[in-house]
Amino acid sequence: MEPILTITNLTKKFGYLTAVKDLSFTINKGNVYGILGPNGSGKSTTLGIVLNVVNKTEGSFHWFDGNTTTHDALKKVGAIIERPNFYPYMTAAQNLRLVCRIKGVDRSKIIEKLEVVGLLDRKDHKFSTYSLGMKQRLAIASALLNDPEILILDEPTNGLDPQGIHQIRKIIKDIASKGTTILLASHLLDEVEKVCSHVVVLRKGEKLYSGRVDEMISSHGFFELKAKKHDELIKLLENHTSFGNIKVEDQLITAFLNIPMDAPEFNTLMFEKGIILSHLVKRKESLEEQFLQLTDHTEL
Amino acid sequence: MLRLLQLELQKLLLNRASKVLIFISFVLPFFIILLSSIRFNVFNYFTLEVGHYGVFNFPIVWHIVTFFASQFKLFFAIVVVSMVGNEYSNKTIKQNLIDGLSKKEFILSKFYTIIFFSALATLLVFIICLLVGLFYSSIDELHLIFRDTEFLFAYFIKLVGFFSLCLFLGMLVKRSAFALAFLFVLFILEWIIFGILAWKINESTATKIQNFFPLKSMYKLIDQPFQRIAISKAPNGQDFLYDFGVHWYEIAIVMAWTALFIFLSYRLLKKRDL
Repeated sequence: MEPILTITNLTKKFGYLTAVKDLSFTINKGNVYGILGPNGSGKSTTLGIVLNVVNKTEGSFHWFDGNTTTHDALKKVGAIIERPNFYPYMTAAQNLRLVCRIKGVDRSKIIEKLEVVGLLDRKDHKFSTYSLGMKQRLAIASALLNDPEILILDEPTNGLDPQGIHQIRKIIKDIASKGTTILLASHLLDEVEKVCSHVVVLRKGEKLYSGRVDEMISSHGFFELKAKKHDELIKLLENHTSFGNIKVEDQLITAFLNIPMDAPEFNTLMFEKGIILSHLVKRKESLEEQFLQLTDHTEL
Repeated sequence: MLRLLQLELQKLLLNRASKVLIFISFVLPFFIILLSSIRFNVFNYFTLEVGHYGVFNFPIVWHIVTFFASQFKLFFAIVVVSMVGNEYSNKTIKQNLIDGLSKKEFILSKFYTIIFFSALATLLVFIICLLVGLFYSSIDELHLIFRDTEFLFAYFIKLVGFFSLCLFLGMLVKRSAFALAFLFVLFILEWIIFGILAWKINESTATKIQNFFPLKSMYKLIDQPFQRIAISKAPNGQDFLYDFGVHWYEIAIVMAWTALFIFLSYRLLKKRDL
């Protein structure tokens, strides 16, 4: 696979605070990556370093094959971070023309990209008159001007209304479906779950996990159970080798599996033991639960 | 180079505030000097005609006009300071770098703009001087007309140096208003240090040291126009020993400051996390 961004042992210190700690990962072409982590976990700092606006303390990173300087590489990258930053006194088209000049892209792209984000009819309006959703869409248009090899988005839906969030997600999905590599930083788990195939999980600047979203936790899922013979069921589950952790909330029992087992098999087992279930659901952890599990475990 | 210049010009010329300030700093002196060369009739009481005092004669006109025109540099200084301040307040500096402008290119685009406008101002002043001078002077020999044109060069160097200082202050404090306040503080500071030196050592040594300070060294490039007028009017003017010429070392000092300011601006940006 063709690497687009390689980060090796990257560390960033702000005084006594270590924002990013010995971070290494690789972004390959064609995948949609998520950087996941709570606020202050070092997502934006990491992106800031690779985007040439924050100086690293230690470690290294390189774009593509490592033979291009960072600022040349950035001409092949599209990025928006945190908040859309444009000149308020210029119109959308004028702002994009400036970006074209910086990136060395032909001006004809402006109309095309404004069309993609649905801002063509507002192109001659000043940036300062735009709503936040429109500003964010303009930022995406600007990031797309050079038909980038990788699109980096830092919390693209932050602060938007549901309609705006939906529009942005649709645009991101459309772009991803055309084969552009995307790196999406977010603290919104379902956003990452919906869009990304790979994920890097950060907490306090340290990497907890990097790999495919569906392999994030080697879990066989869990059963949610209810039965009249409540105590008997708990006892049975606790003594059975197939089950690990057992949690009880009110009448609902949650039993985590150590080995694969499907619902009919479990039901037969219970029937044999004379326990009749009034509630049986087999589930896998959602990304949110996996994430909380991951971040909780390491806290110990 | 042209790309960087175009970039900065687009940022400036689409902004109404900087457009007005640019107009004031370059076009206004042009008109004021043209107007002052016209005969004023003050309430039929007396006639004020600046040209009458010989200030518009060659070669003195180069000296006088560059001196007065350079007083208008403060207007463009506001533009320079705000072109850095705005980038910080709009956070567009961050976006520019992310879009693929290097930090070096960012500083260079500002510096090229400074050079561009300084050159433009110099050209304008050259045209005014030539027009006014030709109108008032009876001299029509080319080598006499173009004597003392080193003042034009000094004017150019002075502008570049002064605006580079503004650029540096803008980068340092990130906010336009504070940067201008800093400029004023620096001005006062230079005089305070001069005062202390004059008090502790002696005045002539203090003056010599002060001539190396950034603002004073820029002033020294084109100085003492009034003395020069006085000399030209006095019957035995050559007896006054006033040094009003442009000297190579004055140019060198200002150029050294310019290089230092630009370098420091770059260093500052390189070290800074945005």
